[in-house]
Amino acid sequence: MRTLLTMLGMIIGVGAVIASVSITNGAKSQVEAQIAALGENMLLVFPGSFSSSGARLGWGNWHSLQLDDALAIQDELPGVVAVSPENSTRVQVIAGNQNWNTHIQGESPEYLQIRQWSLAEGEMFDNTQVRTAAKVCVIGKTVADQLFLDQDPLGQMIRVGDVPCQIIGLLTSKGLSPLGQDQDDVVIVPFTTELKRIDREDWLDVILVQAVSQAAMPIVQQEITSLLIQRHNLKADGSRDFVVRSQQDIAQAATTTASVMGVLLAGVAAVSLVVGGIGIMNIMLVSVTERTREIGIRMAVGARGGDILIQFLIEAVTLSLIGGAIGIVGGIGVSKLVASLTHWPTLTPVVWIVIASLSSGLIGIISGFYPAWKASKLDPIEALRYE
Amino acid sequence: MKPVIQLEAIRKVYQSGEVDVHAVQGVTLDIQPGEFVAIMGSSGSGKSTLMNMIGCLDRPTSGHYRLDGIDVSTLDRDALADIRNEKIGFVFQGFNLLSRTTALENVEMPMLYHHGRLSAREHQERATRSLELVGLAARADHHPNQLSGGQQQRVAIARALVNQPSLLLADEPTGNLDSQTSIEIMGVFQKLNDQGITIIMVTHELDIARYTKRMVILRDGKVITDQPVLDRLYADDELLELRQAQQAVKLA
Repeated sequence: MRTLLTMLGMIIGVGAVIASVSITNGAKSQVEAQIAALGENMLLVFPGSFSSSGARLGWGNWHSLQLDDALAIQDELPGVVAVSPENSTRVQVIAGNQNWNTHIQGESPEYLQIRQWSLAEGEMFDNTQVRTAAKVCVIGKTVADQLFLDQDPLGQMIRVGDVPCQIIGLLTSKGLSPLGQDQDDVVIVPFTTELKRIDREDWLDVILVQAVSQAAMPIVQQEITSLLIQRHNLKADGSRDFVVRSQQDIAQAATTTASVMGVLLAGVAAVSLVVGGIGIMNIMLVSVTERTREIGIRMAVGARGGDILIQFLIEAVTLSLIGGAIGIVGGIGVSKLVASLTHWPTLTPVVWIVIASLSSGLIGIISGFYPAWKASKLDPIEALRYE
Repeated sequence: MKPVIQLEAIRKVYQSGEVDVHAVQGVTLDIQPGEFVAIMGSSGSGKSTLMNMIGCLDRPTSGHYRLDGIDVSTLDRDALADIRNEKIGFVFQGFNLLSRTTALENVEMPMLYHHGRLSAREHQERATRSLELVGLAARADHHPNQLSGGQQQRVAIARALVNQPSLLLADEPTGNLDSQTSIEIMGVFQKLNDQGITIIMVTHELDIARYTKRMVILRDGKVITDQPVLDRLYADDELLELRQAQQAVKLA
C-alpha cells in the first residue's frame, strides 16, 4: 500500500507526460495531414495590401491579380506544373424545390490535381469547356446532400445565382479544413464561367500553383515573385501588391499552436515528475530508518558500505521504474480514452516511451542516492543497537 | 600453534562530552585455535566494547589486534567488512534474523557479500549443510516468525558458520532463551567446538559460562581473572538430568 502511494507520484508524472505527448502529437499529425491534403507542392499567390489615398487595405482587398498573371505564371515558369486561377463568391444555388447558400469557385481543370482531390462520380470539365465558359459544374458532397437528398445529382441542372449549370461531376468528401471549414460545401465551375457569367469580375482571389517538386518550391516561389514584380511594374525592394505563400508556411502556423500546448503540458508533467522523485526520496529515507537494524546485521556479516548503497539504490530505481511503467500504460490508456471521447486522434511515439522509461530510472537514481548514501554510512554497532 | 587472536595492550577511549570514558584499559589476551572462551563481567565492565573490537566492528584507540596473524587495528571500513565476512561469524542475543526471508535465505545472506562469488546453487547447498550442522535442515523454508526462539538462534548460528569463519563470536546468545533451550544452544556450541571451531562468548551468567573451557572476567576495562573452567558442564548430561527430573514430576 505504501509502496503504491510512493509510486503514485511517478505514475501520475509519467502518465501525464505520455498522455500529453500522445494528444499533442496526434493533434499535430492531424493538422499536418490536413495541410498535406490542401494540395501537393502547392503555392498560393494572394493579392496584396495596397495604400489607397493613405488608407492601407489589408491582404486580399486589392484587385491586383489578373487572369493574365495566372496565365503568365503557367506559360513562362518552367518549374510550374499546373495553375488554377481562382475567383470565388457565395451565392444561392437552387435545384428543384431545394435551395442552399454555398461557395462558388471558378477554377481550371487542373484544380483537382493540385488539390489532390478526386471525383466520386462523373468527370471534371476540360479546357474546351473553360474556353467556351460552359455552364457546367462539379459539386461537393455537402451541396449534393443538401440539394438532392437521396437522388443522384449527376446530370441534373442547378441554378447558380441566375445561371443554370449542369452537374457533370461529384467530388469525394474531403472533410474539414485545418481552420474548420467544410471543404465539401462547394460548387466548382470553370474560371471563365465564374468570371464572365456568375460574378462578372475581372480579378482573381488567389492563384493556385503546383510546383514540379518539393525541392523546386523555393525557386518557383522566387520566380513567381520576380515575374509579378516585373508584370506589375514594382520596384524590386519596394512594397508589393501580392504575396506568395507555400503550404509549409501555413502548416507551420497551424502546428505552432499544438507545439505550444505540448510544451506547456510537458512543463506540468516535469513538475509532477519532480514531485514523484521527492516522494520516492521521502519514502526511502523512512525505509532506511525503519531498516536500520537490518542494515546493521548486513554490515556485521560483511556487507561493505558500497553493498548497502547499491541495495537501496536498486530498490529506489525499481520503485520508480515500476511506477514509470504503470504511468506509461496509464498514460496510453488516458490518451486512448480522450481519443474515444473527443474523436481527437492520439499518437504515442515510441521515442517518448523510451524517454519516459529512462527518466523514471534516472529519477530513481537521483532521489534514491541520498537515502542510500545515508544508509551506507551507518555505524554497524549503532545500527545493531537500534530498536 | 599460532593464536587465532592476539590482543596487545588494547585500549578504547570514548569521548563523550568533556569527560573521556576509558571503556577498555589495556587488555592483552591470546586465544588459540579450538578454544571455547567465555568473557564475563557486569555491565560497564567493557566486555561489549572488547567484543565489538574482537568482532572488527570497532577499532581500538591504541594497541594491536592480530586476527589470524593480520593486524586489523589499522584497516579501513571496507577492509574490516571483508574480514568480518570471511573470518568471523556473529551470533547475537536478539537473533537478528531478517524477518521477511526464509531460514535458508537468512543463512545464505553472508555469502552475498563474499568475494569470489559462488553460484546460486552452491549458495543453497552450503546454506543447507550449515543448517544441517545445527539440526534445522527440515525447517529451511520457514520464516523466522514460524520458528521458536531456540530454532531462530540455531538459524543465526548456521548463518554465522556459512562462510567457514576462523572464529565464532556470540554476544549473550542465551539471553533471550529459557533455561532448557539455553542448554540446547550450549550443546550446539559444544558440538561445534568439538569439531575444532574457535568460539568466544560474552555472557554474564555463570551457569552458561561453565559450559565453556576458559573464563575471562573483566572489570573496569581490565582482565581480573583468566582461568580454565574446572567444573565444566556438558550439555548432553545436563539435558538428560533435566528430562529425568521433569519425568519424575509428571510421575508424581
